[in-house]
Amino acid sequence: MDDAIESRVVGPSPHIAAPTTCTHIMLWVVAALAPSALWAVVTMGWVAAQLLLICIGVALATEYVWNAIARRPQTLTDGSALVTGLLLAMSLPPRTPWWVAAAAALVAIGLAKQLFGGLGHNLFNPALVGRAFVAVSWAGVFAAAPSRGWFQTLPEVTAEGFDAISGATRLAVAAADRAASGAYGFDLAAQYQPLLWRNLEGSLGEISAALLIAGGLLLIVRGIIDWRIPAGYIGTMALVSWAFGADALFHILAGGVMLGAFFMATDYVSSPMSKTGRFAYGVGCGLFNAVGRFVGAMPESTTFAILFMNGLAPLIDRMTRPRTFGWVKRDA
Amino acid sequence: MARQVFRGGVHPPEHKEATSASAIQWAPVPAQLVLPMSQHLGAPCVPTVAVGDRVARGQVIGSVDAMVSAPIHSPVAGTVTGISDTLTTGGARVAAVTIEPDAEQDLEGYLKVTADDERGRIRAAGIVGLGGATFPSVVKLTPPKDMHIEVVILNGCECEPFLTCDHRLMVEQPERVVAGARHIGRIVGAKRVVIAVESNKPDAVEALRAEAGDDVEVQVLPTRYPQGAEKQLIYALLGAEVPHGKLPAATGALVHNVATAAAIADALEHGKPLTERIVTVTGEVARPGNYRVVLGTLVSDLLEVAGGFSGPVERVIAGGPMTGQALASLDVPVTKGTSGIVALAPGVAAPAIVGDQPCIRCGRCTVGCPMGLEPYAIANYANRRMWESAAARRPIDCIECGVCSYVCPTRRPLLQLIKLAKAAALAKGVS
Ligand code: SF4
Ligand code: SF4
Repeated sequence: MDDAIESRVVGPSPHIAAPTTCTHIMLWVVAALAPSALWAVVTMGWVAAQLLLICIGVALATEYVWNAIARRPQTLTDGSALVTGLLLAMSLPPRTPWWVAAAAALVAIGLAKQLFGGLGHNLFNPALVGRAFVAVSWAGVFAAAPSRGWFQTLPEVTAEGFDAISGATRLAVAAADRAASGAYGFDLAAQYQPLLWRNLEGSLGEISAALLIAGGLLLIVRGIIDWRIPAGYIGTMALVSWAFGADALFHILAGGVMLGAFFMATDYVSSPMSKTGRFAYGVGCGLFNAVGRFVGAMPESTTFAILFMNGLAPLIDRMTRPRTFGWVKRDA
Repeated sequence: MARQVFRGGVHPPEHKEATSASAIQWAPVPAQLVLPMSQHLGAPCVPTVAVGDRVARGQVIGSVDAMVSAPIHSPVAGTVTGISDTLTTGGARVAAVTIEPDAEQDLEGYLKVTADDERGRIRAAGIVGLGGATFPSVVKLTPPKDMHIEVVILNGCECEPFLTCDHRLMVEQPERVVAGARHIGRIVGAKRVVIAVESNKPDAVEALRAEAGDDVEVQVLPTRYPQGAEKQLIYALLGAEVPHGKLPAATGALVHNVATAAAIADALEHGKPLTERIVTVTGEVARPGNYRVVLGTLVSDLLEVAGGFSGPVERVIAGGPMTGQALASLDVPVTKGTSGIVALAPGVAAPAIVGDQPCIRCGRCTVGCPMGLEPYAIANYANRRMWESAAARRPIDCIECGVCSYVCPTRRPLLQLIKLAKAAALAKGVS
């Protein structure tokens, strides 16, 4: 009995803790994204793997170096830099030049996260800031008519994967069609299948909406993310698309909405904390995403809609404070 | 009536299997008893015996003339061997009477308490809230004149993980619990008497229902921590919120723990003073069980009765793991509020808190807080010593259930920070 006593710890109550730690949460997010990432590598090939490695590697390295210079405890094991790197890679097209990807990861961790004070203090989702940085600095990476070299090297990519659309993403073509004639020049319903299962346009994260949905549902079931954000987001997106006379299903499947709704908008730090607040925030994301798409014809509307709502999150938090038990009115 | 669920809460692993079927058994009387003169909330007692005195089981050894207090009785026949300070489970040093019990003990007999009326007998028996709150019961049974008690609620939720002492009491001696419920209901003139039990104790529900008759309701509530917290319990049963700054009686409800009710029945029917209690000894011990323990038994002696530690132990808790105290020394006595002794193994005990961990704004504490507070915000202000801002987020309403600290994935010491904010707010006169 005696040696057991020596190892005893005294601390404040409670003396037990829920098993879920920050690292667990981050690893669940990685697990939920892993099938999509793997499928991207399988279908897109080495370029996708390269992008993943660069984004994750630079994200981790930036975090490490920053902490070392700032003489702060190392935080790599909390898993958040890993998730940022992974999410960033998933948000970029596979043909992104390596140095652009590296710069984006540097900005994501260095600027959007550490400069704000590290994990928990960033107002904006670091991965999205990284992507936005690329969009602003090297718009060509996402351009509608890129050099198509990257996928032409992939033997299995043939006409049937791409239907009649060349180069430009379906979304860009759809937007151009709408702008030109108010109608679509191709059959949107025929795009559901590729968007769901095997879409080689756009970013890594657009490879398969079905896999992202599965990953997102896993996170919801595990209690890692709150369903209110993706539900508000996707629901609003569908409603507004319908209201604009557009094909709702096509618009929620295309343009990275699934990645945004399940994985980007649900980032804890940059989203509101109350249940009501989260739903409102999801609705806001969907609204701005749709408005950007239909009114502004803004190509990066998913990214900027979420970043915009990130900025509103503190306000939403303030407006949706819980009512204290035993008080009639909310806390001011 | 509505069987509503209170807001927030958690459902930690129950860990009750080890003892939920162990019948209550007497723990042998140890060679020495240490009886702190403060085993309750309120004025500490003053020893009424001197070193060398012979004492009988049930004899008063400490008392004080104060409204909020409870006398202490000798749990054994024996000799007073010392009057000095002792460490308590809470870590405080208080005056205590040490008694060396006689070799032969008659635990069935005791000096009966006498008083003219029922409340007087409950006071003289030294009964306090046995759920852990240790508030003198007679004070609760005497509500302010302007408040009328409509409903008496007996708390048999036992929502703390690991503990099964109330569970076993309800299963084995439901008649004492039900009798206590009736007594309390009569004393305060309540229209309804309800015994609330969590859904994880169907055998207790069955046993109580067999005794209850028409005048006592037995209600089953969902198993969720902190279902047994007074405010949450009243809300779940009556749908009423205890208003901020008011007594629970403001809702017309009076809550007593089931073990307290049984003790009240004993005092009223048999003149029995409170000299022992049921303690769940569990976790990493060789013979986990529910022991009837004479007050003043040292935790180290009780652990030996339970066969000692059965493996590495990181924390030993007096009470339940959510609200109990981690013991720095095992040579502290079991007192009226000690519902359990829980030896937590390294992987089971919460890891020691390390430094300043970030809030990742996951919202778990906010969603989990049964009082609708935002623990992360109060803790953030407390961390930065911004006591006024902290006070504005109502730390005073915190019931110290520990849900926030329990769920926090970065293991921030939220409750500890909130307690600091609470103390600062109280010191500034916020109410
Ligand atoms: S703030 Fe207080 S009442 Fe709320 S969860 Fe934490 S300990 Fe419980
Ligand atoms: S549980 Fe911890 S990390 Fe999550 S919001 Fe509360 S304080 Fe922050």
